[in-house]
Amino acid sequence: MTDNLVIDGKTYQSRLLVGTGKYKDMEQTRAAIEASGAQIVTVALRRTNLGQKAGEPNLLDYISPQRFTLLPNTAGCYDVETAVRTCRLGRELLGGAALVKLEVLGDEKTLFPDVPETLKAAEILIAEGFKVMVYTNDDPIMARRFEQMGCVAVMPLAAPIGSGLGIRNPYNIRTIVENAGVPILVDAGVGTASDAAIAMELGCDGVLMNTAIAEARNPVLMASAMRKAIEAGREAFLAGRMPRRAYASASSPIDGTFFS
Amino acid sequence: MQLVINGKPSSLEHVHTLAELVAQLRLDGRIAVEINAEIVPHSRFASHLLHEGDVIEVVQAVGGG
Repeated sequence: MTDNLVIDGKTYQSRLLVGTGKYKDMEQTRAAIEASGAQIVTVALRRTNLGQKAGEPNLLDYISPQRFTLLPNTAGCYDVETAVRTCRLGRELLGGAALVKLEVLGDEKTLFPDVPETLKAAEILIAEGFKVMVYTNDDPIMARRFEQMGCVAVMPLAAPIGSGLGIRNPYNIRTIVENAGVPILVDAGVGTASDAAIAMELGCDGVLMNTAIAEARNPVLMASAMRKAIEAGREAFLAGRMPRRAYASASSPIDGTFFS
Repeated sequence: MQLVINGKPSSLEHVHTLAELVAQLRLDGRIAVEINAEIVPHSRFASHLLHEGDVIEVVQAVGGG
């Protein structure tokens, strides 16, 4: 059965998208991403160290842009201008690749999105030809707005970034998925494999995560667990779960028992 | 020439173009550069002339989520 994720016309076999932050070192980053099976990998853009640390390893030596779709993010941006500038830098860095993960944050405590500012940034970026995957609240009305304006994927949070609290509002996520004509990916808040499976069972097209893997005691093993959870959740969604009942329903025949 | 590179005031001699600056700082090619908040594409590094007081940002990909 072919069941691929399609984002902006490009086909991906994996529905797990992973970040590259918070790992112990580059080698662990590489090993975890390998184990996750992810094909889309997020990166941040930061000032290059000038002078004193010449020759330090470059992330792109470990995560090859030829092999992975690299998704530059706008993490750390709290206003439209810095988010837009970051996307332009990302596109230049990656040789013209237009796919970006847009996030415009509201405050440092919650890292919740500043949705009105995110809308403004998305509008500018789309006009400049960017393909915007947008981080937003689990708000079905805003998700629809982002889709209508031309974002190629909408990525509602499950819970605050890095919180590991799991899906706080599954009913909203389901509503967003039901209304959507573009891929919906849960971005942020997943803590463990069951959270990822639940997102997929709700019908999400994929899940983007970083901390749940990087902060696990064994990140490589957790990456493998997440890969399986995403696949299991997707298959369960496609299979269609049984209805919930208030009381039992025997699985063995009630007729033909040798005791009467 | 006085420049501000990645937030630090820097005084550089014998540097006229962005390509010369990149070479003098021995920067890896996997960077993106903004001068006074405008992107300078790699294709224009050699022709882009630097000016006194330019504010230059040089970024690279790092781990992030």
